[in-house]
Amino acid sequence: MKLKLRVWRQKNAHTPGQFVEYHADNLNPNMSFLEMLDVVNEQIAAKGEEPIAFDHDCREGICGACSCVINGEPHGPHDKVTTCQTYLRSFQDGATVTIEPFRANAFPLIKDLVVDRTAFDRIIQAGGYISVGTGHPPDANSLPVPKPLADLAMDAAACIGCGACVAACKNASAMLFVAAKVSHLNLLPQGQPERDVRALAMVDQMDKEGFGACTVTLSCQAVCPKGISGSFIAKMNRDFLRAMLLNP
Amino acid sequence: MKLDARIPSGPVPQKWSVCKRDLKLVAPNNKRKYEILVVGTGLAGSSAAATLAELGYQVKVFCLQDSPRRAHSVAAQGGINAAKNYQNDGDSVHRLFYDTIKGGDFRSREANVFRLAEVSVNIIDQCAAQGVPFAREYSGYLTNRSFGGAQVSRTFYARGQTGQQLLLGCYQAMLRQAHLGQVRIFPRTEMLDLVVVNGHAKGIVVRDLLTGKISSHAGDAVVLATGGYTNVFYLSTSGRGSNVTAIWRAYKKGAAFANPCFTQIHPTCIPVSGDYQSKLTLMSESLRNDGRVWVPKQPGDKRPPAEIPESDRDYYLERMYPAYGNLAPRDISSRATKRVCDEGRGVGPGGLGVYLDFSDALRRLGRSVIAERYGNLFEMYEEITAENAYETPMRIYPAPHYAMGGLWVDYHLMSNLPGLFVIGEANFSDHGANRLGASALMQGLADGYFILPYTIGNYIATAKQTRPQPDAAEFRESEAEVAATIKRLLAIRGKKTVRQFHKDLGKILWEKCGMARTAAGLQQALKEIPTLREEFWQNVSVPGDDADLNQSLEHAGRVADFFELGELMCRDALARNESCGGHFREEYQTADGECQRNDTEFAHVACWEYRSAQQPPVRHIEPLTFEEAHLAERSYK
Amino acid sequence: MLDRVWKSTLGKKFLMAVTGTGLVLFVFVHMMGNLQMFLGPEVINRYAAMLQTSIEFLWPARFGLAIFALVHIGTGITLTWQNRQTRDQRYATRKLVKATLASRTMLWTGSFVALYVVYHLLHFTIGTIDLHLAEMKTPDGHRDVYRMLIWAFQDSRVACGYILAMGVLCFHLSHGIGALFQSLGIKKPGYEPLIYRLARLAALGLLVGFVSVPVAVQLGWLQ
Repeated sequence: MKLKLRVWRQKNAHTPGQFVEYHADNLNPNMSFLEMLDVVNEQIAAKGEEPIAFDHDCREGICGACSCVINGEPHGPHDKVTTCQTYLRSFQDGATVTIEPFRANAFPLIKDLVVDRTAFDRIIQAGGYISVGTGHPPDANSLPVPKPLADLAMDAAACIGCGACVAACKNASAMLFVAAKVSHLNLLPQGQPERDVRALAMVDQMDKEGFGACTVTLSCQAVCPKGISGSFIAKMNRDFLRAMLLNP
Repeated sequence: MKLDARIPSGPVPQKWSVCKRDLKLVAPNNKRKYEILVVGTGLAGSSAAATLAELGYQVKVFCLQDSPRRAHSVAAQGGINAAKNYQNDGDSVHRLFYDTIKGGDFRSREANVFRLAEVSVNIIDQCAAQGVPFAREYSGYLTNRSFGGAQVSRTFYARGQTGQQLLLGCYQAMLRQAHLGQVRIFPRTEMLDLVVVNGHAKGIVVRDLLTGKISSHAGDAVVLATGGYTNVFYLSTSGRGSNVTAIWRAYKKGAAFANPCFTQIHPTCIPVSGDYQSKLTLMSESLRNDGRVWVPKQPGDKRPPAEIPESDRDYYLERMYPAYGNLAPRDISSRATKRVCDEGRGVGPGGLGVYLDFSDALRRLGRSVIAERYGNLFEMYEEITAENAYETPMRIYPAPHYAMGGLWVDYHLMSNLPGLFVIGEANFSDHGANRLGASALMQGLADGYFILPYTIGNYIATAKQTRPQPDAAEFRESEAEVAATIKRLLAIRGKKTVRQFHKDLGKILWEKCGMARTAAGLQQALKEIPTLREEFWQNVSVPGDDADLNQSLEHAGRVADFFELGELMCRDALARNESCGGHFREEYQTADGECQRNDTEFAHVACWEYRSAQQPPVRHIEPLTFEEAHLAERSYK
Repeated sequence: MLDRVWKSTLGKKFLMAVTGTGLVLFVFVHMMGNLQMFLGPEVINRYAAMLQTSIEFLWPARFGLAIFALVHIGTGITLTWQNRQTRDQRYATRKLVKATLASRTMLWTGSFVALYVVYHLLHFTIGTIDLHLAEMKTPDGHRDVYRMLIWAFQDSRVACGYILAMGVLCFHLSHGIGALFQSLGIKKPGYEPLIYRLARLAALGLLVGFVSVPVAVQLGWLQ
């Protein structure tokens, strides 16, 4: 199969970028989207030009490195998968495919399709942890966690920190990412002592990074490759309100 | 080369206590004066960085990725072993120790493995306290499943994302220390050289991948936790960024490289579908709890799987290894798979695949139970292959997965270069010639949380070395060398892409130093690799420049090191005239095709010493003795 | 704490939601009042007289509503302004996954409603737009709301304007009612689809309730 690609090329943060067209021929529908970019990059590199830069690592949908907005959708047309797990069979032969980086002021562009998502690390750093040092905590089974609760916490913890929620949100809001971590830790009994400070600190940092507010469109949930539920945002709102009221 | 393993005296089960008793300590108010450099942020690196910082050391952490959370530990699916015996099925520290030693085909160091089994129980407690959402029973207690090479259920898991959840646990612990100012993180930063001052590892030279800036960091100790090197095969289950560069540069600065030829080929990966393929995807070993592996009895049987009656199927793992069945260890299963495919009984395009069939389990347990256990794996399989494994069996084939080999370390996890500590997959220590499933996560966290933080203090307390300034002459020299290599790569402007060279190298290694090896093949590889390497340095095309993000340049530097590593792997495989674990020399096999170990000549660790580009490396040995686990034929029948 | 409420995006969303809830309740009560048109002049006029004469109730309510409206508008404008600062470089192609038209136009529908409210107050409450309305009194001297509405809605321009405004208001509410549950954190996983469906249903119910009066007048059912 064949595709016509319109790819955002930008040398670095200081140079303006533009779309460049590439023709990708002799493709196989079983190729992953990134393998298609590999093939295009091989052709570009063979001409001595700089290949398209894009973030990727595990290529099995778990590291959260790959990004890209494909035809206007973060991680492409297929639901609940990352770009690296998008296969060409999701596209029509001969179609034009527009590939852009994730766009948000909180994710400054680095080069081509690569953006800087360290804002997420700083949000976790503000409070996304349980403050237990390495040592000899009590036996793991001394604190039973009801299975439904553990499962719900796991649903939230499945977030891979890719930033698609921000990319899809009309306000570039990071609520789903932050809510997933707040919920994961605040649901578990281990996370209760820091429940309030965690919610306050992480939300403060989120605001500082310049992400927008939630307009409850739930487009974040729709594009999330791990299918994280938008109801965790309600959970975080609840925790935040509670924390505000209890810690005036 | 002096290789003192520093194994404490006393019976094996007491050695870690003896060691801890004798370790020198650094006083709390002094710890803050010491700076430790940790390279790599997988389970081992992040857990070590967090723990060292909690103790009070100043820690600098370096990783290639844009965030430490993306290190490839994140991709581990199935689980983590621990000798908790929560299932009351006869598990114990000793049994985990013995399973691991036997799983490694008696080529690992007994004292290290025992300690690993001993601290495994603490890991689960630690992770549960951090909020890792392990799978639980309705009682609220932790649940387990079984993995290859064990007859007990000792594997803890968090759906199919255990690695991710454990990594997030230590990543969060590390970021907490960053919040407290104890840890400084340098993402998108690649270590390109180790700096040795007065015989001690005292710093590293790094390149900022965004700006190309080369700089030095000096520390009181250097910890390498940079993972494994199976990307040397080009196609592997490793992340695309996984590489050997950090430990390779340390090797070239004098650290011994142990057992480079011990690489693990994992039996359950999705088969290669075309030459565009960029990586191989693992299907967790946990699937073999309920999936049955089979091929048609007749070579060339092209019927769809549903039309092949039971009588025409060969459940070869159950037939060959009745005691362990489909849960035979990885090396054994991979080899058996290769054998049936070589007989022409493989399935799927190219005949390189076997069925992993869930129909029995689906009948027995129902779809919802299977979906709960493996739902995300089935989804992932369907994403990749467009086949529904609930209806038709999965097709799987072995793929390079893990490097048991790595830098040599002593009992303190310190290499022969004082001050250089190596943890996790980057070292060689615990898995011998084959690693059991769910043991890599265990080792990474054991090293990082519970072993290194003790032993590094002993080094600092006893070495009494001052920390050099990062502008000392040794650093300047290293920086100049690194810069020169980069310049050289960019100046070639050849015709062949880096990826093509990598593919070609991978092909040589997969064919000649992969699942089965022969002396003739290895000798052939030792001729082909240097030729290809020459060509690389004359004809590689590295577009772009050094001032911005340049992924081709990064890749080129790593492939350059893979060439040298590939050669050493072949040398090592050629020198080890026996078969053991993942190292299968066709000349050394039993009548029924199993590994034939040679304990009289090869019960040792092969440690390679780098001399120079012109001279071949020297092979040293560290003899292995077995007191607690007695050398025995490794049988899973 | 007040500082945090105003400074954080979540706090502002909370204010939006609380004031929005208050305003929605008012809208609902208002609609219930309007529907009394169908019970005849005595009923609605008695209701209107009750409201008009309970000064102790009327003015605090008016005051409260004004504050709620101002806070709602203030946070709405601030949040929208903030949200506009988050993406300087826009997408070339954009598939608006999930984001409904209502959710994307809250500021515009909200502004329209605010302007209409001003007109509506001038029209009916203060009576400066149609001077006839002020003269309509019941025999005991109270406002003859029944006649006022019939008179006003017999003018098809007024009726159409009213119907349009109610349409916009309920469009605004079709997103707002559902969203306030999220902002206030009142939600259980798995219930969102239900919440959004009920919210849209409630908005539709309000629309039908409001529009029924001018439609009935235009069709001559109410005279």
